[in-house]
Amino acid sequence: MMEAFLKTGKLGQSSGASAAGSKKTSQSQGGGKRGPAPWVEKYRPRTVEDVAYQDEVVSVLKKSLSGADLPNLLFYGPPGTGKTSTILAAARDLFGDMYRERILELNASDERGISVIRDKVKRFAQLSASGRRPDGRPCPPFKVIILDEADSMTKDAQSALRRTMEKEGRSTKFCLICNYVSRIIEPLTSRCAKFRFKPLANTILQGRLEMIAAKEGIKVSEAGMGALLTTSEGDLRMAITTLQSCARLKSGGDGPEAITETDVSELSGVVSKEWLDRIMSTLQNNSYFDMENLLQEFMCEGYSISQLIHQIHVQVVQDDHLSDGQKSQICEALAVSESRLLDGANEYLQLVDISSTMMSTFAKGA
Amino acid sequence: MSLWVDKHRPKKLSKMDYHAELSDHLTRLVSSGDFPHLLIHGPSGAGKKTRVMALLRELYGHGVDRLRIEHQGFETPSKKKIEILTIASNYHIEVNASDVGIYDRIVIQELIKTMASSQQLNSEGDPRNHPEKQNNPPMGIALKIGLELPVNASDVGIYDRIVIQELIKTMASSQQLNSEGQRDFKVVVLTEVDRLTKDAQHALRRTMEKYMATCRILLVTNSTSKVIPAIRSRCLNIRIPAPSVNEVMRVLQTVAKKEGCNLPSELAQKISEKSQRNLRRAILLTEACKVQQYPFKNDQDVMDLDWEVFLKDTAQQIVQEQSPKRLQEVRGRLYELLTHCIPPDVIFIGLHKELVKNCDGELRTEVTHLASQYEHRLTQGNKSIYHLEAFVAKFMSIYMKFVEETMGDF
Repeated sequence: MMEAFLKTGKLGQSSGASAAGSKKTSQSQGGGKRGPAPWVEKYRPRTVEDVAYQDEVVSVLKKSLSGADLPNLLFYGPPGTGKTSTILAAARDLFGDMYRERILELNASDERGISVIRDKVKRFAQLSASGRRPDGRPCPPFKVIILDEADSMTKDAQSALRRTMEKEGRSTKFCLICNYVSRIIEPLTSRCAKFRFKPLANTILQGRLEMIAAKEGIKVSEAGMGALLTTSEGDLRMAITTLQSCARLKSGGDGPEAITETDVSELSGVVSKEWLDRIMSTLQNNSYFDMENLLQEFMCEGYSISQLIHQIHVQVVQDDHLSDGQKSQICEALAVSESRLLDGANEYLQLVDISSTMMSTFAKGA
Repeated sequence: MSLWVDKHRPKKLSKMDYHAELSDHLTRLVSSGDFPHLLIHGPSGAGKKTRVMALLRELYGHGVDRLRIEHQGFETPSKKKIEILTIASNYHIEVNASDVGIYDRIVIQELIKTMASSQQLNSEGDPRNHPEKQNNPPMGIALKIGLELPVNASDVGIYDRIVIQELIKTMASSQQLNSEGQRDFKVVVLTEVDRLTKDAQHALRRTMEKYMATCRILLVTNSTSKVIPAIRSRCLNIRIPAPSVNEVMRVLQTVAKKEGCNLPSELAQKISEKSQRNLRRAILLTEACKVQQYPFKNDQDVMDLDWEVFLKDTAQQIVQEQSPKRLQEVRGRLYELLTHCIPPDVIFIGLHKELVKNCDGELRTEVTHLASQYEHRLTQGNKSIYHLEAFVAKFMSIYMKFVEETMGDF
């Protein structure tokens, strides 16, 4: 039990410490002397109000904060849309100082086999939670167990949760967080209120990034901001990390320089436009050995092939010269290779496969 | 005598022979004394590890060169004991977690946690929060001795014990002195991240955020395709492209000059092209050439690697005849390659490259398609010979059909 508390204690401390830059002054070891904290942590929303863009969730949570009961929650959606931030902020709003005692956070970095669910989670769930704080003020009479990255839990561990969730439902609320709701077993999803987190709209992203940039005193050129928005695709965490990385690289030397488009695309691993054009035009030429040489050269550049597949896909779909049939053939090949890459197949062979399929499709169409 | 590759490895970021802009970026990055988690990716022989070490040296000084090799034991929840080889200095630890196969997740969970919490002791954190304190004897001392020992002890014969004792004392006190210059964090270098299981990668996600204060993680990988997006978005991605042929040539010539031999530019050119822009291979080849024949001649043959020749012959055999008997012979040769530890995907690439040369048009697309399909299956299965053989057999059958059809036209 103590262990569980310690763990949550630590967590509270570390995320508290990063907040401390602006709010608290008492902290055991400073985030200040340790140089810059990751901006993702620094600008994590502190209250539910601050959470960007996810209006439905926010309104439900606000209601429960104002006294109504909190259902079991299931947050799902693409990375970087604020799932973890939302629940952490909500917990802070709910419990205030009691935060550490009332929260058990488990994520994929903790052991979460079936035994842990049986011991740790169950025991935590069985603790009673009083409706009063030590100082007598009222506080919500329940605890929250956050299972972050729940889609990486085994099926067995998930089923072990079922009964616990019902039995202790009165005193313990569960919050499951995952990217893919389909990987959570049906009995669990039916016990939770589901909330989908949408990829953030560009205007919201831009607003946040500009806010951070202004606070950190860095300049971002207009094209650079555009590149940030397109490469992140609604993933705010990625956008912020990229922004910070760019800022880091630019920070030394003489004064802050503005962040440009090339900086952003280099750091986010996007394949450069020249390379993409070269590959596409070589494929049009229908010469296998030219293609082979070019691809070998491309492999030496160290780009990620899944990134290339993604970019080729965008380009192919938007290409007006291709017929629908051609597009669907190419997309099929892209999809197959993408899934094979995920399984760990060799990048070069997959790339050659895609390219030769595309080449023959181009040749047929012409 | 060490290999040229190790001997002439640049020690400082400023001494890197190519990618000057990248080195400049990295220098700026560490100049503030702090950096985010890094994901360093690039083809092999591009200088990833060299840059990582240079980066660490820039941060911690020469302490990082005092390496020690340790076996670390871990216990899985099912009480199975696993052991892994780590290379560590006082400031960083380097692990190839994929060595332990499916147990890599445990290694990552345990390792980073111990690493992160042991650090706090040194930086006068609140010891009450860290019951692990007792488990961390001043290991740095013992291990530093281990490395200094061979030099000193042999010089003083039977008095080595005294030397060691003295050494420990000086070490212990110098440790104290150094501690002011120490950083607040340690570095975990994880190599071959692309071979980590998904499970282990997921385990890294939150760990990376949680222990940000005490621990930086440097991930080194050949390709980012196999790294899950959640990790990619938590790291500063640094791409290290392979050096161009000209850059390889330049490096070869500097190395040769340092070794006091004269490398004709034509030979350098030949070697660089043969090495496929892999600098490590290029330097090894140069050294091999020197052993073979010195002084260098312009028209000197650059050694082909045996297995490459062998693979080419195998492909040739497949094209020459398509029959069950030949298939069996090819199987023998494939086994031979596998027993010499040539990775199956490399065999696939080699075979594919040679076979495609003998095909045209549609057939090429088909063969390529097959190669990628069978190679994919190989990653999911675990007996590589089946998949290699299936590919060969399939190729034989479509090639035969193709030849018959073209013959039929005449």
